Amino acid sequence: MSAPQVLGLVAALGGLVVLLELLRRRTLREKYALIWSVLLLVSLVGAIFPGMVYRLTDAIGLEVPANLIFFVAFLVLFGLSVQFSLELGRTEERVRTLAEELAILRLEVEQRNAPPTDSEPPVDEV
Amino acid sequence: MSAALPRTLVVVPAWNEAATVGEVIAEIKRQVDVDVLVVDDGSTDTTAEVASEAGALVARLPFNLGVGGAMRAGYRYALRHGYDVAVQVDADGQHDPADLPKLVAALDGADIVIGARFAHKEDTYSVRWLRWWAMLLLAWVLSRVTRTRLTDVTSGYRAANRRGMAAFARHYPAEYLGDTVESLVIAARLGCVIRQVPVTMRTRGGGRASHSPVRSAIYLARAVVALVLALTRRWDDE
Repeated sequence: MSAPQVLGLVAALGGLVVLLELLRRRTLREKYALIWSVLLLVSLVGAIFPGMVYRLTDAIGLEVPANLIFFVAFLVLFGLSVQFSLELGRTEERVRTLAEELAILRLEVEQRNAPPTDSEPPVDEV
Repeated sequence: MSAALPRTLVVVPAWNEAATVGEVIAEIKRQVDVDVLVVDDGSTDTTAEVASEAGALVARLPFNLGVGGAMRAGYRYALRHGYDVAVQVDADGQHDPADLPKLVAALDGADIVIGARFAHKEDTYSVRWLRWWAMLLLAWVLSRVTRTRLTDVTSGYRAANRRGMAAFARHYPAEYLGDTVESLVIAARLGCVIRQVPVTMRTRGGGRASHSPVRSAIYLARAVVALVLALTRRWDDE
Protein backbone atom coordinates (compact mmCIF):
# COMPACT_ATOMS: atom_id res chain seq x y z
CA MET A 1 0.00 0.00 0.00
CA SER A 2 1.32 3.39 -0.96
CA ALA A 3 1.55 6.35 1.38
CA PRO A 4 -1.32 8.34 -0.21
CA GLN A 5 -3.50 5.26 0.05
CA VAL A 6 -2.79 4.84 3.75
CA LEU A 7 -3.40 8.55 4.30
CA GLY A 8 -6.74 8.44 2.53
CA LEU A 9 -7.75 5.30 4.37
CA VAL A 10 -6.87 6.68 7.79
CA ALA A 11 -8.64 9.98 7.11
CA ALA A 12 -11.82 8.34 5.82
CA LEU A 13 -11.95 5.79 8.65
CA GLY A 14 -11.21 8.48 11.25
CA GLY A 15 -14.04 10.57 9.84
CA LEU A 16 -16.45 7.66 10.04
CA VAL A 17 -15.50 7.01 13.66
CA VAL A 18 -16.12 10.66 14.56
CA LEU A 19 -19.50 10.54 12.78
CA LEU A 20 -20.54 7.39 14.61
CA GLU A 21 -19.53 8.86 17.93
CA LEU A 22 -21.47 12.07 17.29
CA LEU A 23 -24.50 10.05 16.26
CA ARG A 24 -24.19 7.90 19.36
CA ARG A 25 -24.19 11.03 21.53
CA ARG A 26 -27.19 12.32 19.59
CA THR A 27 -25.44 15.63 18.88
CA LEU A 28 -25.53 15.05 15.12
CA ARG A 29 -28.82 14.62 13.36
CA GLU A 30 -29.22 11.72 10.98
CA LYS A 31 -30.06 13.82 7.97
CA TYR A 32 -26.65 15.50 8.16
CA ALA A 33 -24.85 12.31 9.13
CA LEU A 34 -26.18 10.66 5.99
CA ILE A 35 -24.58 13.20 3.66
CA TRP A 36 -21.24 13.04 5.42
CA SER A 37 -21.11 9.26 5.68
CA VAL A 38 -21.86 8.90 1.96
CA LEU A 39 -19.01 11.28 1.18
CA LEU A 40 -16.64 9.46 3.51
CA LEU A 41 -17.58 6.08 2.04
CA VAL A 42 -16.90 7.38 -1.48
CA SER A 43 -13.47 8.64 -0.43
CA LEU A 44 -12.83 5.36 1.37
CA VAL A 45 -13.51 3.47 -1.85
CA GLY A 46 -11.27 5.90 -3.71
CA ALA A 47 -8.46 5.32 -1.20
CA ILE A 48 -8.69 1.51 -1.42
CA PHE A 49 -9.08 1.36 -5.21
CA PRO A 50 -7.07 4.28 -6.64
CA GLY A 51 -7.41 2.66 -10.05
CA MET A 52 -11.01 3.80 -10.21
CA VAL A 53 -9.99 7.41 -9.71
CA TYR A 54 -7.39 7.13 -12.49
CA ARG A 55 -9.85 5.57 -14.90
CA LEU A 56 -12.47 8.20 -14.14
CA THR A 57 -9.87 10.95 -14.70
CA ASP A 58 -9.02 9.46 -18.09
CA ALA A 59 -12.66 9.04 -19.02
CA ILE A 60 -13.40 12.70 -18.33
CA GLY A 61 -10.21 13.77 -20.10
CA LEU A 62 -8.32 15.30 -17.22
CA GLU A 63 -4.52 14.95 -16.91
CA VAL A 64 -4.03 14.81 -13.16
CA PRO A 65 -6.30 12.78 -10.86
CA ALA A 66 -5.72 15.30 -8.05
CA ASN A 67 -7.50 17.91 -10.15
CA LEU A 68 -10.55 15.70 -10.41
CA ILE A 69 -10.58 15.16 -6.66
CA PHE A 70 -10.20 18.88 -5.92
CA PHE A 71 -12.88 19.78 -8.41
CA VAL A 72 -15.37 17.29 -7.01
CA ALA A 73 -14.46 18.23 -3.44
CA PHE A 74 -15.00 21.90 -4.22
CA LEU A 75 -18.39 21.27 -5.77
CA VAL A 76 -19.55 19.10 -2.90
CA LEU A 77 -18.38 21.53 -0.22
CA PHE A 78 -19.93 24.46 -2.05
CA GLY A 79 -23.22 22.64 -2.32
CA LEU A 80 -23.16 21.74 1.35
CA SER A 81 -22.36 25.30 2.40
CA VAL A 82 -25.28 26.64 0.41
CA GLN A 83 -27.49 23.97 1.92
CA PHE A 84 -26.39 24.95 5.43
CA SER A 85 -26.95 28.63 4.69
CA LEU A 86 -30.49 27.79 3.66
CA GLU A 87 -31.10 25.74 6.77
CA LEU A 88 -29.64 28.50 8.94
CA GLY A 89 -31.77 31.13 7.27
CA ARG A 90 -34.88 29.06 7.77
CA THR A 91 -33.97 28.48 11.40
CA GLU A 92 -33.35 32.20 11.95
CA GLU A 93 -36.73 33.03 10.46
CA ARG A 94 -38.40 30.53 12.74
CA VAL A 95 -36.59 31.84 15.81
CA ARG A 96 -37.61 35.35 14.83
CA THR A 97 -41.24 34.38 14.47
CA LEU A 98 -41.16 32.58 17.82
CA ALA A 99 -39.61 35.60 19.52
CA GLU A 100 -42.37 37.83 18.12
CA GLU A 101 -45.06 35.41 19.23
CA LEU A 102 -43.47 35.17 22.65
CA ALA A 103 -43.48 38.95 23.07
CA ILE A 104 -47.15 39.14 22.09
CA LEU A 105 -48.12 36.25 24.36
CA ARG A 106 -46.23 37.71 27.31
CA LEU A 107 -48.06 40.99 26.88
CA GLU A 108 -51.39 39.18 26.69
CA VAL A 109 -50.64 37.16 29.81
CA GLU A 110 -49.66 40.33 31.67
CA GLN A 111 -52.87 42.02 30.57
CA ARG A 112 -54.89 39.09 31.84
CA ASN A 113 -53.09 38.88 35.16
CA ALA A 114 -53.26 42.58 35.86
CA PRO A 115 -56.64 44.05 34.89
CA PRO A 116 -56.71 47.86 34.60
CA THR A 117 -59.05 48.14 37.58
CA ASP A 118 -56.65 47.79 40.51
CA SER A 119 -59.30 46.71 42.99
CA GLU A 120 -57.62 43.44 43.72
CA PRO A 121 -53.91 42.77 43.63
CA PRO A 122 -53.02 40.24 40.96
CA VAL A 123 -51.99 36.74 41.92
CA ASP A 124 -48.53 36.88 43.40
CA GLU A 125 -45.96 36.54 40.73
CA VAL A 126 -42.19 36.62 40.84
CA MET B 1 -58.46 67.83 15.95
CA SER B 2 -59.97 65.11 18.05
CA ALA B 3 -62.49 63.91 15.52
CA ALA B 4 -63.34 60.36 16.39
CA LEU B 5 -60.52 58.19 15.13
CA PRO B 6 -61.15 54.58 14.18
CA ARG B 7 -59.85 52.11 16.73
CA THR B 8 -56.17 52.88 16.39
CA LEU B 9 -53.03 51.30 17.77
CA VAL B 10 -49.82 53.28 17.63
CA VAL B 11 -46.87 50.89 17.41
CA VAL B 12 -43.56 52.25 18.63
CA PRO B 13 -40.54 50.04 17.96
CA ALA B 14 -37.93 50.90 20.58
CA TRP B 15 -34.41 49.71 21.12
CA ASN B 16 -32.62 51.36 24.04
CA GLU B 17 -34.71 54.51 23.77
CA ALA B 18 -35.40 55.03 27.47
CA ALA B 19 -34.37 58.67 27.18
CA THR B 20 -37.04 59.61 24.65
CA VAL B 21 -39.73 56.94 24.60
CA GLY B 22 -41.59 58.23 27.67
CA GLU B 23 -42.02 61.70 26.21
CA VAL B 24 -43.05 60.27 22.83
CA ILE B 25 -45.82 58.23 24.45
CA ALA B 26 -46.97 61.14 26.60
CA GLU B 27 -47.11 63.40 23.57
CA ILE B 28 -49.13 60.90 21.55
CA LYS B 29 -51.57 60.45 24.42
CA ARG B 30 -51.96 64.22 24.73
CA GLN B 31 -52.72 64.63 21.04
CA VAL B 32 -54.99 61.69 20.28
CA ASP B 33 -57.02 59.09 22.09
CA VAL B 34 -55.31 55.90 20.99
CA ASP B 35 -53.69 52.82 22.46
CA VAL B 36 -49.92 52.82 22.29
CA LEU B 37 -47.94 49.61 21.98
CA VAL B 38 -44.22 49.84 22.54
CA VAL B 39 -42.36 46.87 21.12
CA ASP B 40 -39.21 46.70 23.20
CA ASP B 41 -36.68 45.24 20.82
CA GLY B 42 -34.42 43.55 23.35
CA SER B 43 -33.37 46.76 25.09
CA THR B 44 -30.75 46.60 27.80
CA ASP B 45 -31.85 49.87 29.38
CA THR B 46 -35.11 50.79 31.10
CA THR B 47 -37.12 51.33 27.89
CA ALA B 48 -39.81 48.82 28.89
CA GLU B 49 -40.28 50.28 32.39
CA VAL B 50 -40.38 53.86 31.14
CA ALA B 51 -42.87 52.97 28.41
CA SER B 52 -45.06 51.07 30.86
CA GLU B 53 -45.10 53.96 33.32
CA ALA B 54 -46.04 56.34 30.52
CA GLY B 55 -49.17 54.26 29.98
CA ALA B 56 -48.23 52.20 26.94
CA LEU B 57 -48.71 48.51 26.40
CA VAL B 58 -45.28 46.93 26.25
CA ALA B 59 -44.36 43.81 24.28
CA ARG B 60 -40.85 42.70 25.11
CA LEU B 61 -38.90 40.79 22.49
CA PRO B 62 -36.48 38.40 24.19
CA PHE B 63 -33.60 39.67 22.04
CA ASN B 64 -32.94 42.29 19.42
CA LEU B 65 -34.64 41.56 16.10
CA GLY B 66 -34.41 44.91 14.38
CA VAL B 67 -37.21 47.25 13.40
CA GLY B 68 -38.66 44.68 11.00
CA GLY B 69 -39.21 42.09 13.71
CA ALA B 70 -40.57 44.62 16.15
CA MET B 71 -43.02 45.99 13.62
CA ARG B 72 -44.19 42.60 12.46
CA ALA B 73 -44.99 41.71 16.07
CA GLY B 74 -46.80 45.03 16.44
CA TYR B 75 -48.91 44.54 13.33
CA ARG B 76 -49.77 41.03 14.39
CA TYR B 77 -50.88 42.22 17.81
CA ALA B 78 -53.00 44.94 16.20
CA LEU B 79 -54.65 42.44 13.86
CA ARG B 80 -55.42 39.95 16.60
CA HIS B 81 -56.86 42.53 18.92
CA GLY B 82 -59.21 43.95 16.34
CA TYR B 83 -57.69 47.36 15.72
CA ASP B 84 -58.87 49.12 12.56
CA VAL B 85 -55.69 51.11 12.08
CA ALA B 86 -52.06 50.68 13.08
CA VAL B 87 -49.64 53.58 12.97
CA GLN B 88 -45.88 53.21 13.23
CA VAL B 89 -44.15 55.99 15.15
CA ASP B 90 -40.44 56.10 15.93
CA ALA B 91 -39.36 56.19 19.56
CA ASP B 92 -36.80 58.94 19.09
CA GLY B 93 -39.36 61.71 18.80
CA GLN B 94 -38.73 62.71 15.21
CA HIS B 95 -42.33 62.00 14.24
CA ASP B 96 -44.81 64.64 15.36
CA PRO B 97 -47.98 63.03 16.78
CA ALA B 98 -49.90 66.13 15.66
CA ASP B 99 -49.76 64.68 12.15
CA LEU B 100 -51.32 61.42 13.26
CA PRO B 101 -54.98 62.25 12.57
CA LYS B 102 -53.96 63.46 9.11
CA LEU B 103 -52.29 60.13 8.39
CA VAL B 104 -55.28 58.15 9.64
CA ALA B 105 -57.71 60.33 7.70
CA ALA B 106 -55.76 59.67 4.49
CA LEU B 107 -56.48 55.95 4.90
CA ASP B 108 -59.84 56.77 3.41
CA GLY B 109 -59.09 55.51 -0.08
CA ALA B 110 -55.73 53.93 0.73
CA ASP B 111 -54.46 50.91 2.60
CA ILE B 112 -51.12 52.38 3.61
CA VAL B 113 -50.26 56.03 4.17
CA ILE B 114 -46.69 57.24 4.47
CA GLY B 115 -45.84 60.37 6.38
CA ALA B 116 -43.25 61.93 4.12
CA ARG B 117 -40.88 64.73 5.00
CA PHE B 118 -40.77 67.10 2.11
CA ALA B 119 -38.45 69.88 3.02
CA HIS B 120 -35.69 68.17 4.89
CA LYS B 121 -32.84 70.39 5.81
CA GLU B 122 -30.26 67.71 6.30
CA ASP B 123 -26.73 68.57 7.17
CA THR B 124 -24.60 69.02 4.13
CA TYR B 125 -22.29 66.08 4.20
CA SER B 126 -19.73 65.87 1.45
CA VAL B 127 -21.12 62.44 0.64
CA ARG B 128 -24.69 63.54 0.58
CA TRP B 129 -25.08 63.18 -3.16
CA LEU B 130 -24.66 59.42 -3.06
CA ARG B 131 -27.32 58.98 -0.43
CA TRP B 132 -29.45 61.54 -2.16
CA TRP B 133 -29.11 59.53 -5.33
CA ALA B 134 -30.15 56.39 -3.55
CA MET B 135 -33.24 58.12 -2.18
CA LEU B 136 -34.17 59.49 -5.59
CA LEU B 137 -33.76 56.12 -7.24
CA LEU B 138 -35.79 54.35 -4.56
CA ALA B 139 -38.52 56.96 -4.73
CA TRP B 140 -38.65 56.77 -8.52
CA VAL B 141 -38.90 52.99 -8.67
CA LEU B 142 -41.43 52.81 -5.85
CA SER B 143 -43.57 55.51 -7.37
CA ARG B 144 -43.76 53.33 -10.43
CA VAL B 145 -44.53 50.18 -8.50
CA THR B 146 -47.22 51.80 -6.38
CA ARG B 147 -48.57 53.97 -9.22
CA THR B 148 -48.54 57.06 -7.06
CA ARG B 149 -46.03 59.84 -6.49
CA LEU B 150 -43.80 59.00 -3.55
CA THR B 151 -40.91 61.17 -2.47
CA ASP B 152 -39.84 59.77 0.87
CA VAL B 153 -39.94 56.01 0.82
CA THR B 154 -37.62 55.45 3.78
CA SER B 155 -39.92 57.20 6.20
CA GLY B 156 -40.86 55.08 9.19
CA TYR B 157 -43.95 57.16 9.92
CA ARG B 158 -46.83 55.24 8.38
CA ALA B 159 -50.41 54.20 8.94
CA ALA B 160 -52.08 51.02 7.73
CA ASN B 161 -55.64 49.76 7.69
CA ARG B 162 -56.43 46.09 8.29
CA ARG B 163 -55.52 45.17 4.74
CA GLY B 164 -52.18 46.94 5.04
CA MET B 165 -51.59 45.42 8.47
CA ALA B 166 -52.23 41.94 7.13
CA ALA B 167 -49.67 42.47 4.35
CA PHE B 168 -47.10 43.75 6.86
CA ALA B 169 -47.87 41.15 9.52
CA ARG B 170 -47.09 38.38 7.09
CA HIS B 171 -44.28 39.77 5.04
CA TYR B 172 -42.49 42.49 6.97
CA PRO B 173 -38.84 41.84 6.15
CA ALA B 174 -36.27 41.60 8.90
CA GLU B 175 -33.41 43.42 7.27
CA TYR B 176 -32.81 47.12 7.63
CA LEU B 177 -33.99 48.92 4.49
CA GLY B 178 -36.17 45.95 4.11
CA ASP B 179 -38.30 47.36 6.83
CA THR B 180 -39.11 50.53 4.94
CA VAL B 181 -38.46 50.11 1.24
CA GLU B 182 -39.07 46.43 0.68
CA SER B 183 -42.21 46.39 2.79
CA LEU B 184 -43.72 48.97 0.45
CA VAL B 185 -42.91 46.88 -2.60
CA ILE B 186 -44.45 43.86 -0.93
CA ALA B 187 -47.56 45.76 0.07
CA ALA B 188 -47.94 47.20 -3.42
CA ARG B 189 -47.53 43.82 -5.02
CA LEU B 190 -50.11 42.37 -2.68
CA GLY B 191 -52.52 44.94 -4.07
CA CYS B 192 -52.46 47.55 -1.31
CA VAL B 193 -53.11 51.15 -2.29
CA ILE B 194 -50.32 53.40 -1.02
CA ARG B 195 -50.47 57.18 -0.55
CA GLN B 196 -48.23 59.73 1.03
CA VAL B 197 -49.04 62.70 3.19
CA PRO B 198 -46.64 65.54 3.95
CA VAL B 199 -45.56 65.74 7.58
CA THR B 200 -43.03 67.75 9.48
CA MET B 201 -40.07 65.86 10.85
CA ARG B 202 -38.19 67.03 13.87
CA THR B 203 -34.52 66.49 14.49
CA ARG B 204 -34.10 63.44 16.58
CA GLY B 205 -32.80 63.58 20.10
CA GLY B 206 -29.91 61.20 19.79
CA GLY B 207 -28.66 62.06 16.31
CA ARG B 208 -28.24 59.74 13.38
CA ALA B 209 -25.00 57.95 12.77
CA SER B 210 -23.01 59.82 10.17
CA HIS B 211 -22.82 58.33 6.73
CA SER B 212 -19.36 57.69 5.38
CA PRO B 213 -18.93 57.26 1.61
CA VAL B 214 -18.49 53.53 2.07
CA ARG B 215 -21.68 53.26 4.08
CA SER B 216 -23.55 55.28 1.51
CA ALA B 217 -22.28 53.06 -1.27
CA ILE B 218 -23.31 49.97 0.65
CA TYR B 219 -26.68 51.57 1.32
CA LEU B 220 -27.19 52.23 -2.37
CA ALA B 221 -26.09 48.73 -3.36
CA ARG B 222 -28.32 47.09 -0.78
CA ALA B 223 -31.22 49.26 -1.80
CA VAL B 224 -30.88 48.22 -5.41
CA VAL B 225 -30.52 44.54 -4.52
CA ALA B 226 -33.45 44.66 -2.11
CA LEU B 227 -35.57 46.35 -4.76
CA VAL B 228 -34.68 43.95 -7.54
CA LEU B 229 -35.32 40.95 -5.29
CA ALA B 230 -38.58 42.32 -3.98
CA LEU B 231 -39.77 43.14 -7.48
CA THR B 232 -38.93 39.81 -9.01
CA ARG B 233 -39.99 37.59 -6.13
CA ARG B 234 -43.37 35.93 -6.06
CA TRP B 235 -45.68 36.96 -3.27
CA ASP B 236 -48.46 34.59 -2.41
CA ASP B 237 -51.56 36.68 -2.18
CA GLU B 238 -53.92 35.79 0.58
